[in-house]
Amino acid sequence: MSAPAIRKDIRFLLNGDTVTLHDVRPGDMLLDFLRIRRGLTGTKEGCAEGDCGACTVLVGRLGRDGNLAYESVNACIRFLASLDGCHVVTVEHLKGADGGLHPVQQALVDHHGSQCGFCTPGFVMSLYGLWMSRPDADDRVIEKALQGNLCRCTGYESIIRAGRAISDYGLPQDDPLASERETVAHALRSLADGARVEIDSADGRIVIPADVDDLARVLEAEPDATIVSGATDVGLWVTKFMRDVAPVVFIGHIEGLKGVHTHGNLLVMGAGVSYSQAHGVFAEHVPQLAALVDRIGGEQVRNMGTIGGNIANGSPIGDTPPPMIALGATVTLRKRHNRRSLPLEDFFIDYGRQDRAPGEFVESVSVPLPPRDAQFAVYKVSKRRDEDITAVLGAFLLRLDGDGRVQQIHIAFGGMAGVPKRARAVEAVLAGQPWTMATVEAALDSFEIDYQPLTDMRASAAYRMLVAKNLLKRFFLETAQAGGGSKAA
Amino acid sequence: MGKHEPADLTASAIKGGVASRQRHDSAHKHVTGTAVYIDDIVEPKGCLHAYLGLSTVTHGRLRGIDTGLAMKIPGVVAVLTADDVPGVNDISPTGRDDEPVLADRVVQFFGQPVFAVVAETRDIARRACRQVKVHYEELPAIVTYEDAGDTPKLVCDPLTLQRGDVGRALEAAPRRLSGDMRIGGQDHFYLEGHIALAIPGEDGDMLVHSSTQHPSEVQHMVAHVLGEANHSVTVDVRRMGGGFGGKETQSNQFAAIAAVAARLTGRAVKIRPDRDDDMTATGKRHDFLVGYDVGFDDEGNILGVDFTYASRCGFSADLSGPVTDRALFHCDNAYYWPAVKAVSVPLYTNTVSATAFRGFGGPQGMVGAERVIEEVAFATGLDPLEVRRKNFYGDAGRDVTPYHQTVEDNVIARIVDELEASSGYQARRAAIRADNAQGGVIRRGIALTPVKFGISFTATHFNQAGALVHVYTDGSVHLNHGGTEMGQGLYVKVAQIVAEEFQIDIDQVKITATTTGKVPNTSATAASSGSDLNGMAAQAAARTIRERLTDFASGFYEVPADQVTFLPNRVRIGNQEIPFAELVKQAYVARVQLSATGFYKTPNIHWDRDTGKGRPFYYFAYGASVSEVSVDTLTGEYRVERTDILHETGRSLNPAIDLGQIEGGFIQGMGWLTTEELWWDGKGRLRTHAPSTYKIPLASDRPRVSNVALADWAENREDTIHKSKAVGEPPFMLGMSVFHALSDAVASVADYRVCPRLDAPATPERVLMAIERLSRRARTDEA
Repeated sequence: MSAPAIRKDIRFLLNGDTVTLHDVRPGDMLLDFLRIRRGLTGTKEGCAEGDCGACTVLVGRLGRDGNLAYESVNACIRFLASLDGCHVVTVEHLKGADGGLHPVQQALVDHHGSQCGFCTPGFVMSLYGLWMSRPDADDRVIEKALQGNLCRCTGYESIIRAGRAISDYGLPQDDPLASERETVAHALRSLADGARVEIDSADGRIVIPADVDDLARVLEAEPDATIVSGATDVGLWVTKFMRDVAPVVFIGHIEGLKGVHTHGNLLVMGAGVSYSQAHGVFAEHVPQLAALVDRIGGEQVRNMGTIGGNIANGSPIGDTPPPMIALGATVTLRKRHNRRSLPLEDFFIDYGRQDRAPGEFVESVSVPLPPRDAQFAVYKVSKRRDEDITAVLGAFLLRLDGDGRVQQIHIAFGGMAGVPKRARAVEAVLAGQPWTMATVEAALDSFEIDYQPLTDMRASAAYRMLVAKNLLKRFFLETAQAGGGSKAA
Repeated sequence: MGKHEPADLTASAIKGGVASRQRHDSAHKHVTGTAVYIDDIVEPKGCLHAYLGLSTVTHGRLRGIDTGLAMKIPGVVAVLTADDVPGVNDISPTGRDDEPVLADRVVQFFGQPVFAVVAETRDIARRACRQVKVHYEELPAIVTYEDAGDTPKLVCDPLTLQRGDVGRALEAAPRRLSGDMRIGGQDHFYLEGHIALAIPGEDGDMLVHSSTQHPSEVQHMVAHVLGEANHSVTVDVRRMGGGFGGKETQSNQFAAIAAVAARLTGRAVKIRPDRDDDMTATGKRHDFLVGYDVGFDDEGNILGVDFTYASRCGFSADLSGPVTDRALFHCDNAYYWPAVKAVSVPLYTNTVSATAFRGFGGPQGMVGAERVIEEVAFATGLDPLEVRRKNFYGDAGRDVTPYHQTVEDNVIARIVDELEASSGYQARRAAIRADNAQGGVIRRGIALTPVKFGISFTATHFNQAGALVHVYTDGSVHLNHGGTEMGQGLYVKVAQIVAEEFQIDIDQVKITATTTGKVPNTSATAASSGSDLNGMAAQAAARTIRERLTDFASGFYEVPADQVTFLPNRVRIGNQEIPFAELVKQAYVARVQLSATGFYKTPNIHWDRDTGKGRPFYYFAYGASVSEVSVDTLTGEYRVERTDILHETGRSLNPAIDLGQIEGGFIQGMGWLTTEELWWDGKGRLRTHAPSTYKIPLASDRPRVSNVALADWAENREDTIHKSKAVGEPPFMLGMSVFHALSDAVASVADYRVCPRLDAPATPERVLMAIERLSRRARTDEA
C-alpha cells in the first residue's frame, strides 16, 4: 500500500461555519481556540482538566456506518487538531424553534436551574446531548449524564428538575441538529478526503494519520511521537504540566482502531474504542465491566477516553486493566506490519514503564469472557462514588470444582502497587482450598506480601490494605452459596 | 427580557414584586452563555496578561529571584517582585501589615505568590514563570496542630466567651466526659476562579474589573498598593461565577497585581490563575481542633461545657479573628448551656491563610456543639434527638447565649417538631435499628440536626449599606447598590423590592453592575446580609423618590397626599389614574429630582469583644434537617438515601431563590462534612488542588429522596425588609444531619454503645476506620 495524500491544514465545522486552519500548534486546545480566537465565550474554563464540565461542547463525527453522532466532550483538553473532520457545536449554536431559547435552556430558566451561571453552559450542553438520545430520561439517567458537570451553587436539584422537563418544551426531532443532520453529514463527508494531515510549526509537528496502516507508517518515521487518542490524560500534560508533546500523532478518529468483535469466548476491542462505546459491548457480554465504566470519569471523559489509552498510559490506577488482567486479557502491539501479543499483566513492567518499544502502538486488547461456570466481580472504591479516580480497585475471577474447592482464582488490584498487579500470594493460599470464609480469612495476611500500597491524598496505605482484604471478603459473600450478603464484619 | 414592552395599566398586581417566584435576572443569559464574566469582557487594545509564580517551599528566606531567562522570552514584558510595588506591599484586610501582595524576604507557605510575569499572552506569561529561578533558604515549618506546640504563635487575639461558673458546673455535674474533634477545612470551588482586569486611566486612575464580593475593599487595597487615594480607583463587578466567601478578601491579591502591572506598563493587564494555582494560593475554610469537657446528668441535661476551638489560620490573620469569633458564637448552636466557657486559639501555621467561607466559622462552632450532644446521647443511651430537644433554648432563664444575648425569636422547637412528624423520623429510626440488629454489610443511620444561625456582621460597623436609584423620564428605573451578585439572587431580590416600592413591573427596573463609583464605602456581600442591608437601602432610595412624586402629584392635582396611591404601573390621584411614566414626566417638567440615594444601618446591635458581651446579632435564622444514609461496612462507602429539610426564611422575598439557597447550601455543607478533604503532605504541600483530587458533591451524590420546605408560617419579628430573613449561610449547616446519620450507622456495629467520634470530613476512609475501631471495641467488650 502506498502512503496517502498529505494535507497541510485541518478542517472542521464550527456551529454553522467551515473552519480551515493551517496554523495549529501541537498543544492547542479547542477551548482556547473558541474563547480567544473565535470570541465564543459561552464555553467556560473551570478546571482545564476535564473534571468540571464548564467547557462542555458537542462534537459530531461520521461513524464507520456513515451515521453522524454527537457526543459531549471537554473542550479544555480536546486538542484542536483532533477535530479534523468533526462538527463542533457550542452553546452559541442552540436556538429554539422561534429563535428564542432552546427547550433545554427554557427548562433551566423556568426551573431556576442556574445561580451563578458559570457552569450553566456546560450543563446545557450535557443535557442537550442527553436529550437528543434520551428525551424521556429519568433522574438516574440524568445524573449519569451529568457526572462530568460540577455545580457549586444549586445542589443540582433544580437542574435535575429542569432535565426531567425538557421534553415539555420541545422534541429532539424538531431540533436543528436533527433537521440539519443530512446537510452536516454531507459537509463532513466532503471534508473526509482520506488524506494524512501533517502540520509543522515552530512548536513541532502534528500528524493525523489517514488510517491504521498509515499510523504504523507514521510511527516508523516518528517513533518517539506522543500518541494521543482520547486525550483525557495527555491533555493534562499540556494544560497542567505545560509539557511539550510534539511530535504528536492523533489517532482518536481512526475507525480501524474502533472495531469490536467476539471470537467465541474472546472479546477483541480496538485500542481506540471509547469507554462509551465499550459500555454497550460490556453490557451485552460482561455487565460487571459496564457497571465499572459507569464510574469512570464523567460522560465527557467516557466519550473521549479509550480502552487502549487506559492501558497504554500505564497508570497504576487505571480502572480497566485490573479486571482485564483477572480475565486473562492479552494486548496486541503493532510496529509497522509486525504484531506481537502478550498477557496484559506483563505489559506493565513497573511504575511508568511498559513493554512498548519506540514506534510500537497498542492496537487491540483481547479479553476472554468469564466462563459460564466462573464468578467474576469488580469493585471500585473511591472517595466520591462517581467521577473520581480510584483509591482501590479489585477484580476477582473464581472457578470452583465439583467439591466447592478453588480450581482457579485470579485477583488483580489497582491502587495497591506501582502497576495494576495480580495478588499472586493470596491466590496461592486460596488455590485448591474449600471456598469458605475460613479460607478467605487465612489468605488475608498474604495481601501484605503482594502489596505495599502508598499513602496519598486519595487514601492511606492502611485503608487501602484493609479495603483490599475486605473486597476479598465481599467477593466471598457475594459468591458463597449460603449466607451470601449476611453478616460480614 | 429583550425589547421593552409597554406596561400593563390594568394589572391587578405587578410582575416580579416582593414574594413572587421571580427567576434570576440573568437566567436567560446564563443558559445562552451570554452572561459576561470578567474573562469574557472584550480585552482592551494591547491588553497584557500576568501570571503568578508561587513559592515551592513551605517556609523559607528568599535569597534571590533570577528573572534573566524569563525576560529573554519573546513576549515577556516584565517580571514583578515585591520591589516593584509602588505603594505599600500589603493587602491585610484588617490593617495588620501581615499579608504581602508578593512575598518579601520570606515565604510562609507552599504556594505563596512570590513574583508575577507580565507578557503579551497568558500562555507566554504562564510558561515564563517556570523560567524564573527563586533561591530559598528553607526554614522549619509549622504545618500541623502538633507542630504548633504548647505555646503557639497566634495570628490575632483570641476570644473568650463565658457565662456562669463552668468549672464549678463541671465538678458538680453527676457525669462528665471530654474529648476532641478534628474538623476539616473546605475549598470554595467557585466555578469561576479568581480574575482581575486592570485598565489604567489618566491622572493615575485605575479601573479594575474584579471578581470580588467586596469591591470597596479591593478599591482600598489597590489604592494602598499603588500609593494613590481611594478616589483614583474604581472597582466594577457585574457578577461572579460563585463566591461563597472565597472572594471576600482573596480577590485583593489578583486585583492588586493586575493594577501594579498596569501601572508599571501603562497597559491594561488581566490576571487569571489556573485552577490548581487558585486552589493552592488562596485561602479556604478554617479547619479546627475542638476540645470539649461537658458535664451532664443521666437524663441528658447538659449542665456545663468548656470548649477550646483551635484553628490553623495560616500565615496571616486575614479574617481569622472574626471567623474564630463566630465559631465561638455558634458553640451553642440551638442549645442553652447553663454554664459555658469557650476560647479560640487562632494559630499561626505555614499554610495558606484561611479565610471566609459560607458560615464564617459558625459551622465549625456548631459541629463542636453537635459532637457534645452526640457524646451525651451515647453516654446516656438516649436518642440524640431527645438530648437535643432537652437542651434547646427555652423561656426566660434558659434563653441567654454564651455572649449574653437573649434569644428572643426562638422557633427551633416548632421546626424540629414539624420536621420530626413530616419526615416520619421516629418510625424510620425504629425500623433502621431493627434492620441493623439483623447484622449485614450495609448499615443504615438517621439523624435530625437543628440550625440556629446569628445574622449580622459581628463587627457592628459593617452593618450598613447604600443604594442609588434613578427614575428616567420614560418611567424606567436604574438600580444600583453596594451588594454584589455571585449567583445568590441578590440583584433580583433588590429589584423586586424597588419594583414593589414604585408598583412597576420588574422589567422596568434595570439592574446595574456594582461599582465603587456609584455607591461608596460598602461592606462585603457576606454574612448573609446582602438582601437585609441592600434591600433596605434600595427601598429607602425608592421611597424618597416616591414621596417626592406623591408630594408633586398632591400639589399639581390639588388632592391630599393620602389620595395619591401607587397602583400596578399607574398612580391613582384623587379620582383619576395615570400611568406611572406619565406622572414621572410631569414631575420632571416640574423640576422634581428623580434620583436618590438610600442608606441603611441595622438597628439594635452592639458588641463588646473585650467583655464578651453584647447583642451582636439582629436576629437568628432557624432550620433543621433529617437525613438517612446507608453505609457499606466493608469499604466505608455510603449513600444518602433521604433528606427532609424545614427551613425558615421569614416572609420570603422570593421563594424560588430561597429554595435554591437551601438546596445548594445543604449540598455544600454535606460536601464539607463528607467527601471534601484537603490533604497536605509531609512537607506542608496541599495536594488536593483541583477537582481531580478535591471532590465536591455531584448530582448523583444528592439524597435519593429530597423533601425541602420553607416554613410558610414564619416571619421575622424584627423590622427587616418585608419581614424576610437572611438565607445565604444558614442552610449550609443543614448538612450536619448527613454527618450524624453516618455516625449513627457506624455506631450500629457496636450496638450503639460507643460514640463513634467521627472526625470531619467523614470520607469513606474515616467511616471505615471508625467502623474498625468500634468493631474492635465491641469484640473486646464481649471478650
